Amino acid sequence: MPSLTPSLVQIGKFFSRAAFAVFCGSAAAAAELPPAATGTVDFVRDVQPILAQNCYNCHGAHKHESQLRWDNKEIALQGGEHGPDIIPGQSAESRMIQLVSGAAPDLIMPQKGDRLTAQQIGILRAWIDQGAPWPASASVKAIDPRRHWAFKAPIRPPIPSVKNKNWPRNAIDSFVLARLEAEKLRPSPEADRSTLLRRLSLDLTGLPPTIQEMEDFLADRSPDAYENQVERLLASPHYGECWARHWLDVARYADSNGYEKDLSRSIWPYRDWVIDAYNNNLPFDQFAIDQLAGDLLTNATLADKVATGFLRNSMLNEEGGIDPEQFRNEGIIERMDVLGKAFLGLTVNCCQCHDHKYDPFSQKEYYRLFAFLNNDDEPGMEVPDQPTQARRTAIQRKIADIHDQLMAQYPDLPQKMEAWEQEMKAMEGTWTVLEPQAYYASVGTKFTKLDDNSLLATGSNPGVSQYTVTAKTSLKGITGFRLEALADANLPSYGPGRAANGNFVLSEFTVEASPDAPIATTNQVPLQNATADFSQPDFPVAAAIDGIITNKIGWAVEDLPGRRNRSRQAVFETKNAVGFDEGTVLKFTLNHSYGDEHTLGRFRLSLTTAPRPLRADPLSSNARAVLALPLQQRTLAQRRELFDFYRLTDSRMAEASKRIDDEQRQWPSAPTTLVLAARDQPRPTHVFIRGDWQKPGALVTPDVPSILPALPKVARLNRLTLARWLVNKRHPTVARVIINRIWQEYFGRGLVATSEDFGTQGDPPTHPELLDWLACEFMDSGWDIKHMQRLIAESATYRQSSVVNPRLQERDAYNQLLARGPRVRVDAEILRDIALSASGLLDGQIGGPPVYPPIPDGVLTLGYGAPMTWETKAGDRYRRALYTFVKRSVPYPSLQVFDAPTGESPCPRRTPSDTPLQALTTLNDPVFVEAAQALALRVWKQGGKDDRARLQFAFELCTGRLPRPNETAVLSSLLQDENHFFENRTARAVQVATLDIKNPPQDVNLERVAAWTMVTRVLLNLDETITKE
Amino acid sequence: MNFAEHFFHERRKAVTRRYFFNQCGVGLGALALASLLRGNDGFAATAGNPLSPHAPPFPARAKRVIYLFQAGGPSQLDLFNHCPGLAKYDGQPIPKEIVKDQRYAFIKPDAALFASRFQFARHGQCGAELSEALPYLAEVVDDIAIVNSMTTPAFNHAPAQIFMNTGSTVFGRPSMGAWVSYGLGSESQDLPAFVVLSSAGGTSGGSGNWGAGFLPTVYQGVAFRRSGDPILYLANPPGITPAMQRRSLDALKELNQDRLDVVGDPEISTRINSFEMAYRMQTTAPELMDLAKESKQTLEMYGAVPGESSFANNCLLARRLVERGVRFVQLFHEAWDHHSDVTGGIKKECGATDKPCAALIKDLKQRGMLEDTLVIWGGEFGRTPMVETNKEAGRSQGRDHHPQAFSMWLAGGGIKPGLTLGKTDEFGFNIVQDPVPVHDLHATILRLLGFDHTKLTYHFQGRDFRLTDVEGELVPKLLA
Repeated sequence: MPSLTPSLVQIGKFFSRAAFAVFCGSAAAAAELPPAATGTVDFVRDVQPILAQNCYNCHGAHKHESQLRWDNKEIALQGGEHGPDIIPGQSAESRMIQLVSGAAPDLIMPQKGDRLTAQQIGILRAWIDQGAPWPASASVKAIDPRRHWAFKAPIRPPIPSVKNKNWPRNAIDSFVLARLEAEKLRPSPEADRSTLLRRLSLDLTGLPPTIQEMEDFLADRSPDAYENQVERLLASPHYGECWARHWLDVARYADSNGYEKDLSRSIWPYRDWVIDAYNNNLPFDQFAIDQLAGDLLTNATLADKVATGFLRNSMLNEEGGIDPEQFRNEGIIERMDVLGKAFLGLTVNCCQCHDHKYDPFSQKEYYRLFAFLNNDDEPGMEVPDQPTQARRTAIQRKIADIHDQLMAQYPDLPQKMEAWEQEMKAMEGTWTVLEPQAYYASVGTKFTKLDDNSLLATGSNPGVSQYTVTAKTSLKGITGFRLEALADANLPSYGPGRAANGNFVLSEFTVEASPDAPIATTNQVPLQNATADFSQPDFPVAAAIDGIITNKIGWAVEDLPGRRNRSRQAVFETKNAVGFDEGTVLKFTLNHSYGDEHTLGRFRLSLTTAPRPLRADPLSSNARAVLALPLQQRTLAQRRELFDFYRLTDSRMAEASKRIDDEQRQWPSAPTTLVLAARDQPRPTHVFIRGDWQKPGALVTPDVPSILPALPKVARLNRLTLARWLVNKRHPTVARVIINRIWQEYFGRGLVATSEDFGTQGDPPTHPELLDWLACEFMDSGWDIKHMQRLIAESATYRQSSVVNPRLQERDAYNQLLARGPRVRVDAEILRDIALSASGLLDGQIGGPPVYPPIPDGVLTLGYGAPMTWETKAGDRYRRALYTFVKRSVPYPSLQVFDAPTGESPCPRRTPSDTPLQALTTLNDPVFVEAAQALALRVWKQGGKDDRARLQFAFELCTGRLPRPNETAVLSSLLQDENHFFENRTARAVQVATLDIKNPPQDVNLERVAAWTMVTRVLLNLDETITKE
Repeated sequence: MNFAEHFFHERRKAVTRRYFFNQCGVGLGALALASLLRGNDGFAATAGNPLSPHAPPFPARAKRVIYLFQAGGPSQLDLFNHCPGLAKYDGQPIPKEIVKDQRYAFIKPDAALFASRFQFARHGQCGAELSEALPYLAEVVDDIAIVNSMTTPAFNHAPAQIFMNTGSTVFGRPSMGAWVSYGLGSESQDLPAFVVLSSAGGTSGGSGNWGAGFLPTVYQGVAFRRSGDPILYLANPPGITPAMQRRSLDALKELNQDRLDVVGDPEISTRINSFEMAYRMQTTAPELMDLAKESKQTLEMYGAVPGESSFANNCLLARRLVERGVRFVQLFHEAWDHHSDVTGGIKKECGATDKPCAALIKDLKQRGMLEDTLVIWGGEFGRTPMVETNKEAGRSQGRDHHPQAFSMWLAGGGIKPGLTLGKTDEFGFNIVQDPVPVHDLHATILRLLGFDHTKLTYHFQGRDFRLTDVEGELVPKLLA
């Protein structure tokens, strides 16, 4: 069969054999086969066990090799991609029998495991000969994953009609009630007003209502009193904090890099961006686009770029001895995971090593998606706030004014500058860039050779390090070498060094030369006359050739603020011309002895044969470009730029230059944040064979999985296209996934309980129509998150009482049918915020750098290396828990114990637990003790004139409601016992009532306050206090 | 329904029923009621508690585990794997065909071979070879099984530790201790199921080494502190005596019970139970930590000194913990990363750990606990047969990370005593016989505890996750 394509050769062989068998007559073929069993075969009793034992592994529920399944009647009888395997009534001609009997020796089934026995084959033959009867009840239901509900775009379903027309307040309720009515259940009555406001406040802001807020609401008898509360809370700046926290879980936000070193990082401006986005009700489509591709937007703002920190939240391994490329790839793999969990609701990472076992995604499709994320530099970017930016602009203007005055002041300036420009042009020099042959660092650090022959240092940065680079040249008469220290987006603060501020200290620079011959002596090349375009005061470039390797002095480049992180260069003359007839091998050694990460980040080496003396070019490359322009073509800004270099050479301008420096010194600093910056040249992306980055397979281009809508044809294949595609209305999962997670925060469980997985292995939605209606409403509203919050918060479904009756509990333990309101323990952060809020300690400041509230001794030492500095500053103690520094390897104990994620992987849903360690935390953690003490003092001072009033005040602060009589009785009795106990025990009372026993609160009866502390501690530990009812 | 969901479901059912009986006055035979309410307050010992003890599906050889994790990567070549080839070719480059394309953290692949500076000798009736750095272990060598053919894919500390402890180099998976607590629950009513003790440095993998991953936090390892209270927030606040704490808890219990009666949420009863267990923990844990109660002889055997923080103390504490029903105790001793002066480093760390390790075996044995306590000793990878020398970094006569072949030992709990499993080539570079990948070790450990490693799963993000991921084969030779 010459027309067969190679991939069909196997089949061709079979068919030719089968044809041969037919040619020879079935009797001849059958003669090679074990005889059919005699007697009637029962499929379930006799045949299915053989199939299950021998075939299901490759042709069953999990794998469908050759698109064939032996557990499903239709598919089995129809056959897989090779055509029918069974011809009923003709066992000898059936492909199945041919393959199991070994009649086709190059393809024997099963391919793994034992061969079938003659007896088993006989049974199969008899079954086929008897017509292959297969009862439908013995067939597994085969589901085509491509038809899975979540892969079809949601269509807005009609709102169902319900019998009880009075109950629904909006569409949500009609869907919920229709289901309840079908289940013969009734919704619960509305929760009482105090429960409702507390629930709503905790859900929208993560803070309990104040007593005043509660009183206002209880007094407001207007019909839209509740709706007004929804509006008030949505407008609160704390709304953004609360909902940012949910998003930050899936964004795996943390303030440290993770892995062994787990050093601190600055990315909190991203966290604040998320808070602002919620507070400003940024439409979700824009919210997504900014985070995935804000830097690629036309006229991208600073905020747009800050948003790309979303992807930068992946961990960074700085352990000594790693291969940075391995962990760069692992970072992208992690970003794929977050893309899957945050937006797609799909477990795409299953395809890192192989095609998805359950969902219709191939490994190749995975790497096509990967290719979108594989093309970025990873800089840290300055984020000046508005006042800082204004001050900077003012400084720039002042300096420009000085420039302009100087340029106008001296009539002879044109002539002087003309002469200077000629001099500058003459000294540009000719440099030959060297291509590094071998390059390595003494410890840990690895280098990437870039296209311009510069080397970029990556991976671990031990601080004290020796770089060695070898290069070859055929030039002779070498008079000097140039070392360019280059700024780069992938370095801290853009480099050119690797210290946090982008600086380095080059302690010593040496060169050895040898003839390019098999056996050659190597000689040190004596260097002299070191010059640099800039040297930091006390770190002159001459120190780099002072012959001392180990001292901390060397060439460094930190200029005044606002002038840092620029490319710099140093030039070293050779004492004697260098160069051999055979060619010359040069070995450069760059020593860094300063420590504290002060190593070079990106650098390039060149040489020259120009006559000495040599001098480092004082001009920047920009200024050089201006210099090349004719005078008339230069803009004012360009003229200033060039003049900025000239003025340094004109002694008449020394005083003005000092004034400029003085202005520059005022340059205000700004925080930095991690962002993405697209590379000009995309990296090639390969399929990694079995997920191993060291085994690149086929080259792939960016594309999206075929089960999902296609990309627009004209689109550029970059992150921006990917982001826009995600929030396209035809996208089947994104709107559902997002609205489901919003729902989950209200009800403690999503309509799809597996909120991270909408694939075939995820839970089906409890209310599919409601989910689709919400998804459509979300998109049609312009992805308006606050609109969706209103819908849910104002629904009758949400307002139900959460009281559980035993019958309902037995019937629907997880409240999937929504016949009652949610009752869930609050999140770790909110739990702490409630205690601080009730006690009046809470500092409500929004945003800013992470804070360091007190942490117990010994916690920080659980991580590797020296424990980080954890200094509790004034103002750190009582901020909302959201702002606590998130250290990945050592999570903050009271947050971790209540199930807060560590930021090591995306967390679309927390797994709540209830443990004794939680009880110990709320009982004994000094933060909670302090809250109890502050609450006691507050109660004592403000709680009213008698203990009864105080008790009500305290109880309401914690639970949002007044105590019932038996609760009053228990608490009064406790108070009485404690009052009695502390009587005449002043010292103990001081201990219990205050953390600072040397400065106890004045003007109060400390014995009574101590007794109250015992009561308030109980109140703060109540299940109800830490629960949203 | 997986384990966790099953427990929670059962618990809810149990609580609902009790609530139902209490509140609704439905009559019930005394026997049936008793079966529902067994345990000290009705729940601690019922199926409802996710940490209540339960039998594994298969007969278990080990009921509990003490894992002596030697973080940093101890040099198998100076401790267990005697490689005469090293001495023979000491100082010469290792043959290229052996190294192939293996990458290294710090050294270059053509570095010279470096013979162990320790003498090896055969010990015990089994005749296992041990280096002279382990004189105490030599005394119990007939009770342990040495594996010289461990292999791991990861060769940087953090990923390798995470791999050894969770079966994946990706952070966020449950640790072995968490899986075991999830599968077996705890025999202790007043201590955590999974306790972590540490000595020397902090671990590269951080708390992910004992994390619960996606399992409920209740299965997470509880890191005991080295000084002060062993458990965070164990002590009452200043001025509050146990009696005062009891008064508070009584009021709290009454109020929470009252709330349960009103709203009927079974979660409240779990919370009541948690507070009661916390209170019990407050008494049990300090007593547990008080090593002064041990005999002088025992203290001497371990080299433990009450009041100090040391690996020796932790070994003794481990015994006290398992005696009290703790299911999984893991010691972390992060001290073996000997890039320089491996000989000196081995001497120092063996000085700190050899005696207490051997003492633990002896002590468990004399108490009849070794037969059902599995003891595991090992790090995240081994060290190279080649020398690591680096003048600039101040390193000489060290060894780099070596993932292809390294050594561990196991004892008790169904492990075949006196066994030395696996062989490497004469340099200790590659395994030539009986390789034991980490997942196979995990599968074997789980089998000893009574599990088929493919069946102890937790459904998360669309699939059933397990400690052995998609790998793992039982190592029958290790079984007694």
